[in-house]
Amino acid sequence: MPDVLPTDVSDVEFKKWVAEKWGYKKLPMAGSTPAGTAKFFRTGDWAAKQPRLIVENCTSCYKCYFYCPDSAITMVAGEDGKAHPEFDMFYCKGCGVCAYECPGRKGEKAIIMEDLK
Amino acid sequence: MSKIAVTGDDAIAQAAKLVNPDVVAAYPITPQTIIVERFSDFVANGEVDTEFVCVESEHSAMSACIGASTAGGRVFTSSASAGLMLMFEIVQIASSSRTPIVCAIANRAISGPINIHGEQTDQLLFRDSGWISQFAETNQEAYDQTIMAFKIGEHPEVLLPVAVGIDGFILSHAIEGVEPVTKELVSDFLGGERKSTLRLDPDNPVSIGLLHLQDYYMEARAQVRDAQQRSKQIIIDTFKDWQKLTGREYNPIESYQIDDADYAFVTMGSGAGNARTAVDELRANGEKVGLIKVRVYRPWFGNEFSTLTKNIKGIISVERAHSFGSPGGILGQDVKSTLFDAKQTPYIAEYCYGLGGRDCLVKEWTEIYNRSIQGFNEGENLPYFWWGVRE
Ligand code: SF4
Ligand code: SF4
Repeated sequence: MPDVLPTDVSDVEFKKWVAEKWGYKKLPMAGSTPAGTAKFFRTGDWAAKQPRLIVENCTSCYKCYFYCPDSAITMVAGEDGKAHPEFDMFYCKGCGVCAYECPGRKGEKAIIMEDLK
Repeated sequence: MSKIAVTGDDAIAQAAKLVNPDVVAAYPITPQTIIVERFSDFVANGEVDTEFVCVESEHSAMSACIGASTAGGRVFTSSASAGLMLMFEIVQIASSSRTPIVCAIANRAISGPINIHGEQTDQLLFRDSGWISQFAETNQEAYDQTIMAFKIGEHPEVLLPVAVGIDGFILSHAIEGVEPVTKELVSDFLGGERKSTLRLDPDNPVSIGLLHLQDYYMEARAQVRDAQQRSKQIIIDTFKDWQKLTGREYNPIESYQIDDADYAFVTMGSGAGNARTAVDELRANGEKVGLIKVRVYRPWFGNEFSTLTKNIKGIISVERAHSFGSPGGILGQDVKSTLFDAKQTPYIAEYCYGLGGRDCLVKEWTEIYNRSIQGFNEGENLPYFWWGVRE
């Protein structure tokens, strides 16, 4: 039995591999995966809190965007024409790093963490 | 070709020179041996194309080797004793990442107390690591086995790292005649450059060695288990290919005077030399004794071992290694568990000898034999015994 390579596994097959819990004969060797499969991983499942934007305190500094460990933030133009964070709850694990790092405006945070309902 | 006079270290360095690895990463200071010192001469003189990475520790040495190997390179390193201990975390990752690194080991005692002389306990700690683990008896074997290790490890059915051990000082620093081979022969034998299937390639990006929790860890380990099993046939085939090219015969488990033997020594590494001479002397006195030398320790060739021992009445397992608090020796445990399945289990006597480089002369091997036979004749297995230790 030759070993399977991660490059032999397509995105579609990767989803099957997770859903069907493949065994070692079908899984690629060496704990390897095709590149980019982290995008299928719902880290949002881990969250107990969620960030909420208070747009009037946001100075569009991009700090939250760069600090988010799960790339759950995209910067989107708001009504004022400036970039503000948008949170992708498929990936947001509720860690609060964005809220912690946010400098806000005049000491007022632009991101606060709330309990996930 | 006429023979060259080289130490065991030098023999391995010369062999690695013919292999011309893409990368050698090693820590240069004690317990490092002359293997990489000599190899770095080859690099400095432009005799090889190798990128020599002189790292700050053995932990980094093995890490650099894994990086180079996952990039598709042919990789060699060397260490011993405490250096292997420092390397040990990454040693495990080399096998699980399926990187066919070759590591030459001048087997040396582990601290403490501090000792740098011959003992195999260091490499035997690789036992559970997924590495293929071999021992050489002579400098010629060290030379040949180093070259063969690349072919075995890199085989697509295997893709595992390989350790080749020589007894520290006894082989590493002793000069013997070695019949060299040519660079062309080695290049043909290895089939040119390494052809890696799994590797870090920007055009075909993959991730290697990821987090595997409760739901995938066992599956990843099972792949290494199977690769170890598959390597058995590849090892046998590689030894045969080498024999065709050089006329030198290699087997995973080797025997001497075993066909009509009632009793047999079992050992690994340089000790087989004195054991063989002891067999000759005992045979001259009418004793029906033979020798089994374990060349490949992992994977364990149980069937081959059983076939060789099927008519043996008493096994005398003698190893230059120890395991505190265990029921016997390290090699001894494999010997015993293999014999447990035999139709007729022979008597067994187990010995630890030569720790920290202590000599065991031919006359002592004869004494070990006589002591064991006395026990067997009384119808007993002998309890595990440390040969030559003062009370
Ligand atoms: S809470 Fe954490 S994961 Fe969610 S958006 Fe903020 S930094 Fe990213
Ligand atoms: S860190 Fe705060 S102020 Fe800066 S862009 Fe993000 S939300 Fe706005």
